[in-house]
Amino acid sequence: MNRSGSPIDVQQGLEKLAMYPHHVLTWVDEAGYPVSVAVVATVDADGGGATFGAPAGLSVPSDRDVSLTGSHIRPQPGYGYDERRHVTVWGRTSAAADGATRLRGFHAWGWDEAEVPFFEYSERSVGQSRRYFDALSAERGTPVKPRLAAGWLALRATRLPFLSATIVPVLIGIAIAATHGFFDPLTAVLTIIGASLVQLGLNVANDVFDASLGADDANVTPTQFSGGSRVIQYGLLSRGQMATLAIAFYLAAAAIGLVLLGLRGSTALLVIGVLGFIVSIGYTAPPLKLVYRGLGEIAVALGFGPLMLVGAYVVQSRGALAWEPFVASIPVALLVALILYVNEIPDRRGDARAGKRTLPVRLSPAAVIRGYEAAVVLAYASIVAGFGLGVLPLPALAVLLTIPLAREVRQGLRPNYDNPYGLMAVMGRNIKVHAYAGLLLLAAYAVVLVAQALAPSIDLFLG
Amino acid sequence: MGTLPEPVERLLDAALVGELSVVNATGRPITYPLIPLYDGERIYLTSSVLFSRKLEHLKRDGRVALSLTDPVAVGGRTDRATIQGDARVIEEDPHGGWERLLPIWERKEPAIVAFLKARVALPLFFERSLIEITPRRALYWPDGQATTAPVVTEVGEAAA
Repeated sequence: MNRSGSPIDVQQGLEKLAMYPHHVLTWVDEAGYPVSVAVVATVDADGGGATFGAPAGLSVPSDRDVSLTGSHIRPQPGYGYDERRHVTVWGRTSAAADGATRLRGFHAWGWDEAEVPFFEYSERSVGQSRRYFDALSAERGTPVKPRLAAGWLALRATRLPFLSATIVPVLIGIAIAATHGFFDPLTAVLTIIGASLVQLGLNVANDVFDASLGADDANVTPTQFSGGSRVIQYGLLSRGQMATLAIAFYLAAAAIGLVLLGLRGSTALLVIGVLGFIVSIGYTAPPLKLVYRGLGEIAVALGFGPLMLVGAYVVQSRGALAWEPFVASIPVALLVALILYVNEIPDRRGDARAGKRTLPVRLSPAAVIRGYEAAVVLAYASIVAGFGLGVLPLPALAVLLTIPLAREVRQGLRPNYDNPYGLMAVMGRNIKVHAYAGLLLLAAYAVVLVAQALAPSIDLFLG
Repeated sequence: MGTLPEPVERLLDAALVGELSVVNATGRPITYPLIPLYDGERIYLTSSVLFSRKLEHLKRDGRVALSLTDPVAVGGRTDRATIQGDARVIEEDPHGGWERLLPIWERKEPAIVAFLKARVALPLFFERSLIEITPRRALYWPDGQATTAPVVTEVGEAAA
């Protein structure tokens, strides 16, 4: 069966039909109603048809299209059913030997969820839902659109759960500043809000530009973690509404940035802020379109690593720079870039069709997996090196506790590389690697703060 | 009391899946497996807007047949039936209008309630129209074999 849900080759359809224990023979009777009767057909796929005993008491016409359908489910008590598949072959009938009837097939159609998973089948049918709502809107003379409760729609449109990518580095930057004696609650809160607004702007703008450039439309295997929010494709929000939302997020973020500049002004903060906006908007927006050029990982690493973490630090330090926040941002940057990197794997076919040349589009599966391994090793090595050089504190080594989780991700990549839905669990674990590593780094600085308060004589840094 | 012969009603109540056949613009029958929901008078099926081509056919020609043929889908019963009838599409509220049938649907597919709670994950699947079939004629095969002629009941006769 082809993957589009469109008509399939007749011989293929007949081969599939042969696998069903009985068949539903259907035709349209003289009164214009369909008639169906269960028969057991002998299928001759090579011969292009099927033969069955003429049903008693009913007259199968030979002057119009007749179909044979096979349908299968497996009941699952307490749940419903699974293993859905069906196939229909249409043809014309004629009399065969021994009073039997022969159908010569000329058209076939069907679906097997073992071949095209339900989520992909649904995604491939989104165009049909658009046609449905367009027709209903025309019929009623007023727009009819699909709906989602406001809270769910906001969650989906902004991809709110991904905010951990911002909150983790910002909190680490604030914590490091606190260990250096800088802490201002008001600007700390404003930093978290402002940085979150930048990410929300990025998330929404990303959908706007991916819709404009065709990448999300070309993707028929989106998952919980990849393929964008789909609110534009599903007709839940228009591109204009999403663009307005993105602009609102960026404007709010810019306003908070200006307040922070006013309160804690420094050249470093200005440079970081401007760079942050450029990277965020340029991630998918023309002319930069960084992710379309295979530079998405670098943009994400820069934006959600040093820019967020060092930026949060300099807000607190009033512009004073230090090596420690920069070094601490390296593992965070690498692990957040790996979220994008892995999430791009299931999107790669659609991305390639839309000219979005991400790394998984450009590289072989083996090279992508080697790239994952290399980046993970570098992330953990940066922690060890940071400690060895006396830049990071001893408790930061706790980040190494996430190595087994990262190993699980690496082990899951190869067997699920071509299975977007199998890859979902791997993507989920990969997000946890970043979140847990970040939280452990944050906890490490909490330990440093406690140690500074309770036992200032204990030095948690080498050298 | 229902409008259909009792054995056919029992099949309808048991069936996890039936085969809905509609007629397309060229006069060709098209068959879709769907969950039949019977309220004792009319048969209901629901269709997601994602798979709404059948609704286009139905709006143009409401003559349909629903067959119950798969012993696996009817709890091992070997009798079979086909119900011919007139269908209309109910789509005043695709977002929630179909939910009135949720209790009958849940009895056949308990997982649907959990899926509905996670509506955010697949919003278009739960934008649905109802197909309401008023039965006209029932063909019933007590032994399930097409080699014997079906017992044919005009629904008006059964209800009388």
